This record gives sequence, C-alpha cells and structure tokens, in this order.
Amino acid sequence: MANTTVQPAMNAVHEKKRRRRQKWNPILRNWQLYLLISPVVAYYLVFQYLPMYGIQIAFKDFIATKGIWGSPWVGFEHFERFFHSYFFWRLIKNTLGLGLYSLAVGFPVPIILALLMNEVRAEKFKKFVQTITYAPHFLSTVVVVGMMMMFLSPRYGIINHFIGMFGGNPINFLSEPSWFKTLFVMSDVWQTMGWSSIIYLAALAGVDSQLHEAARVDGATRLQRIWHINIPSIMPTIIILFILNIGSIMGIGFEKVLLMQNTLNLETSDIISTYVYRSGIQDAEYSFSAAIGLFNSIINFILLVTVNQISKRMSETSLW
Amino acid sequence: MLVESRGDRIFNIINHFLLIIITLIVIYPLVFVLSASFSDPQAVLRGEMFLWPKGINFHSYEKIFQNKDILRGYTNTLIYTSVGTLINLVMTILAAYPLSRKDFIGRNAIMALFVFTMFFSGGLIPTYMLIKNLGMLNTFWVMIIPNAVSIWNIIIMRTFFQQSIPNELHEAATIDGCSNIQTLTRIILPLSMPIIAVTILFYAVGHWNSFFNAMLYLSDKDKFPLQLILREILIQGQTNDMVKMSTESAIKQQREVEGIKYAVLVVANIPVLLLYPFLQRYFVKGVMIGAIKG
Repeated sequence: MANTTVQPAMNAVHEKKRRRRQKWNPILRNWQLYLLISPVVAYYLVFQYLPMYGIQIAFKDFIATKGIWGSPWVGFEHFERFFHSYFFWRLIKNTLGLGLYSLAVGFPVPIILALLMNEVRAEKFKKFVQTITYAPHFLSTVVVVGMMMMFLSPRYGIINHFIGMFGGNPINFLSEPSWFKTLFVMSDVWQTMGWSSIIYLAALAGVDSQLHEAARVDGATRLQRIWHINIPSIMPTIIILFILNIGSIMGIGFEKVLLMQNTLNLETSDIISTYVYRSGIQDAEYSFSAAIGLFNSIINFILLVTVNQISKRMSETSLW
Repeated sequence: MLVESRGDRIFNIINHFLLIIITLIVIYPLVFVLSASFSDPQAVLRGEMFLWPKGINFHSYEKIFQNKDILRGYTNTLIYTSVGTLINLVMTILAAYPLSRKDFIGRNAIMALFVFTMFFSGGLIPTYMLIKNLGMLNTFWVMIIPNAVSIWNIIIMRTFFQQSIPNELHEAATIDGCSNIQTLTRIILPLSMPIIAVTILFYAVGHWNSFFNAMLYLSDKDKFPLQLILREILIQGQTNDMVKMSTESAIKQQREVEGIKYAVLVVANIPVLLLYPFLQRYFVKGVMIGAIKG
C-alpha cells in the first residue's frame, strides 16, 4: 500500500474507507457464492415463505376475485366454527391417538432392532438381515396400502384365508373402524423399522470398545452390557430423534391415512390433515381449511418447542 | 477374544432367532406378491398359494403391457424422475457448497431460513393457492418445481463437504487463482461422487414414489405419473378397461382383476428392485453422513 506516506488528515479518511472495504471485502470476494445460492434462496422465499404470507386468509373471508390482500378480515370466525363443529373432538382424538400410537410402537422398534443387529458377530448374516429389512422403505405409500388391501381383503386376502383355516370368520379389516389405527401403525413398522435403525446402528458403531472390555472383565453379561453401556451411549441420538418425531405427531402419515381412508372407517381414520384436504381442496372452503391447517401447525410447533425445552433441561440434549 | 460363556451362547441363539423372525415377517409379503403375480389367479384367490407360484403363467403381465394408462404413467414417471432429480441435484449443490464455507458471511442466517421450514410451513391450502396463482396447476412443471430441493439433503451434502474436503484444498485452489465456481466444479465436485450418488438416489426414489402432488395439482390423465395410475387400480379398483366386460362372467373378471393387481405391484417396483442391490452400500453411507449432525 502506497498511502502510508500521506498526511495525517488524509490518513483518517483513508482509514475509514479502508475499514469499510475490509468489512465488505469477504462478501465482495465471495460474490460468486451468493450468486450460486440465490436460486435456492429464491425457491425458499417463493415456495416456502410465500405460503406463510397466505396463512392470513385463515383470518379473512377469502374471495377469489379480491385476492388475499383484498378479502375482508373476519377475525377468529373460522376457528370458532371449527371448535364448535361436530367433527372437532373426533379429529383431535384421532389425530393425537394415531400420533401417540405410532410413537409408542414405531419409535422403540428400530432401537431394539439396531441393538439386536449390533450384537450379531457373523457379518454375512448381519448384511442379509439389513438388506431385507431396509427394502420396504423403497416401496411407495400407494404400493404398501395396495398390498395391505389385497392381503386383508375379506374374500380373497391371504390373512382371511389363514383365519378361515383356523376356523375363524373373515374380518373386513379396512372397513372396521376399530382396526384402522393398528393397521396403520403395524404396516408403518413393517415398512420403516429397518431403515430407521440405520441411524442407531451408526451411533452404536461409535461406542467405545474399551467400555465393553472393562465391563466384561468385571463379569457383566451381554444383556447388562447392552443395558448399561449401549443404551446410555446412544441416548443423545434417541432423544434427538424422539424430539423430531414429536414434531411430526400432528402431521403423521397424512398421505397414507388418506389412501387407507374410506367412508366406513372415517370414524377413526379422519385426522385433521385429511379433513383440511377434504374441506379445502374438494369443497373449496379455502379460509376455513386454512384456519384448521394453521391450528394444526401451531399445536405441532408448540409440542416440538415444549419437548425440546424439557429435554434441554433434563438431559442437555436438544435440537437448538 | 474371550471364551464364550454359556450365557453368551444362549444370548446369541435368541438374538439370531429374533432377527430371523423379523426378517421373515418383512420378506414374506414381498415374496408372496412376486409369486402371486406369476400364479393362476384362481389358486391365489382360493388361498391355495402360500409361498411358491402355483399354475405359472404370464397372463396378468400381458394384460398390463397392453394397457395404455400404465405405459403412459410409466413414461411420465421416468420423465418426472429424471428431470426432477437433475434439478434437485443442481439446487442441492448450489445451496450446500456456499453453506459449507466458513468464510461465507450470512451462512447462519440463510441456514436458519431454510431449517425453519422443517418445523413450520404455510400448510396445504396456502400452498395450493400459491401454485394456482402461479398458473402451475396441471402443468408439467408442477411435478418438479414445488419440490426443487430438500433441506435434509442440503444438510447431508453440506456435512460431507465440511468433513471430507480439507480446508487447505480451498486455500491452495484460491492461491492458484481458482474462482469459487471453478473450485466447486473442478475440485469439490470430482471429490464428492459418493455423496452425489446418494443424493441422486434419495431424490430419484422420492420422485418415483410420489403421488400426492400429482393428485393435488394434475387433472389431465395424460400427465399422471405411475403412482396415480396404481392408486386407481389398487385402491380405487378401477380396472374395468383392462378386462373384457362382454363375454366373461363376473367371477372370472374379478379373478383376473386380482391377478392384474399383483402383477402391477411387481411392475411398478421393477426399477427399484433391479437397482437395489447395487445401491445399497451408497444409501447406508448417506444416512450415516446425515446422522452426524453438522
């Protein structure tokens, strides 16, 4: 730099400019990075954040010709209508019921599977079990529900053939409201347990083998070592995934519920998100549905934040 | 290795036994579908077939390959999957590379902007209205653009860039006069083939299996992806045009329809089935990278 010889007064001005340049330098130098990321930022602003702007129609009476901005405000009218509607408690009960049932069964199974697989010493057998159990993850929801309907068909399904062989009467599983939740949860376990166990297997691979050696010298059995070493070691992973699962309770398997739903099992299969779909897309009640959707998202968000906070206090593990 | 105690042996036996049971539960429905698709539908429907095909024939497959809807659905899905995955991949790289750079000012703010959408979104109705207002309803692009990128895959790829590519490499490239874009295309990407394979796989499976966007936004049957056609056949039972109504009895028709359903299940998953053994090691790696929180 040549300006070190200039007078003090000029120096101050230069100093200011230099500082400013220094502040902006890394940004200017990396202008290409900003250019690269701009399409992705644009995507998020348009397709993720613009709909958030659209949420306001939940508090308005949306009139298509006036647009989102021009439609008149109605306050909490749509929410009140929903809270007082005949469906309200049924939807709450089904949504929470299905979410909690899924969590209670679907969450521990992959952990147990991973613990079992981790104890297998024969590599080939382990690989085999993994290859098979991961596979259903790659089937689509349509295919899984389709398979379920065929296996459970009251006249032709193999399950009912089995029941018949043992002298039972055929059950029409899919039109029986009391079966809905179990079918939903069990088929989900079937489809996802292998895949979800991968994360826990990865965590188990990181357990310090010296701990196991020491425990073995002290005479700990396999079960004791799993209980006192493996499970505590993967606890942070378990907690993080648990929080994430809580965060999706209210939006649980929406596509699958929709596919499994029929007029006969509606009593137990109707959840908030399918109701939003029906009243919003099929009956074009935009404002009303948006209000219900918002209600759903807010409850979900509150659940997530609460569980995260509790976990932070109790175990010092949290998402943020 | 210490000598196995009796307790250990018992433990091993029980452990293997449990895993074999789980594996059988997972694989049985898949084998059943495959066998049923090659069997005489009558044997399947009577419950005479449990594991191996009975009365082998390819009748159901013939019906499928004569069906225009299925073939068109297949073609559409192939197009959506290839174009969609390409765009997904480019977008993911565009986001992951800058976000992986420590000297990228504002990266935390941008990351927060992206991550927030994992926990809160506008919801079904506002999103639908947006798509409608953009004039994208019932267009080709509605299957591609609204899912142009996924935050999970951005995180996975960013983590890979941070962990597998040493910072010195960046500095060396900069000193040699590489611009950021040159560094990305000439140095980073060639070193990132494993993660690119994983990303492609995740996105491609997603596109192949997705039906909900199509159901929401498409109304022309010409544009329907395979999954939507599958839904009509498997779940709504619309198979009339595949079976000749005139001559055959209702019972025989019903049997044929059920046979076709099994074959359709197989046909729809053939690409996944064929690729699965080759790709397995990649996707496990992908999940593992994703599991390490960055």
